Amino acid sequence: MALDRDLVGRSYPPSAVYEVGRGKIAEFAAAVGDDDPVYRDPEAARAAGHPDVIAPPTFAIALTLEAANVVLGDPQVSLDYSRVVHGEQRFTHHRPIRAGDRLVATTTIEAVRSVAGNDMLTTRVDVATDDGEPVCSATSMLVARGTA
Amino acid sequence: MSRLTVADVVVGTELPEQVFPITRADLVRYAGASGDFNPIHWNERVATEVGLPGVIAHGMLTMALAARVVTRWAGDPGALVEYHVRFGRPVLVPDDGVGGEITVRGRVAAVAEDGRARVDLTVTSRGDKVLSLARAIVALA
Repeated sequence: MALDRDLVGRSYPPSAVYEVGRGKIAEFAAAVGDDDPVYRDPEAARAAGHPDVIAPPTFAIALTLEAANVVLGDPQVSLDYSRVVHGEQRFTHHRPIRAGDRLVATTTIEAVRSVAGNDMLTTRVDVATDDGEPVCSATSMLVARGTA
Repeated sequence: MSRLTVADVVVGTELPEQVFPITRADLVRYAGASGDFNPIHWNERVATEVGLPGVIAHGMLTMALAARVVTRWAGDPGALVEYHVRFGRPVLVPDDGVGGEITVRGRVAAVAEDGRARVDLTVTSRGDKVLSLARAIVALA
């Protein structure tokens, strides 16, 4: 079943605050095998000009994946999730995520397309601090194979 | 390490190639750290039921590993300001005591007047291109 074009531009209420801890950043850095000290050592991070340890460039997925689930719960979004694959991913960083950040994620449906029998849904999750400083955006394109 | 400067970079600069082995244990660890527990990344039965040849790596893990080539070269992970990939083929991670691997190469494709360099990445697994597009924008000092 094809996705409704009117969904484009739909925005969902902001997520609860996600508090970024040094431990979580170190855990994520270890999971991607990166031993860069700016992810673990506050002194090394400060020497590189950051106020505290920073997160690897794709760390935001740890909160944006969950935030984007709000779209799956929307009864007007008829996407067959058993057929969904991750088509594209983009991160735009205004500044690195860092330990101590209190982040809020807001999800918007950016595009809906049908190409060659596949439904494609693009969501953008804008991540900002709870006092409104933009931090990054994560854009994901999902493809539901053979559903359009 | 300090951040690369505009003077260090010209179009055509090649980034040092890196090879990353990926084991089932790596997938379990990444699932936990990222919160992506899709069973196709750890359960052979589910992976084959949905038509895959076997357990595959998270696309986001491939994306994260490829980023390491850029951040190491740039000298500061905070320099990576934009990063876009298109997932082409899955990276198979067999449970055979060896696992899978990806090879990441990068090349500077453009340097803009505002001091931003575009790096185009080529990511392969056993000879096949797994990302059909992978681009990073690096803010040079």
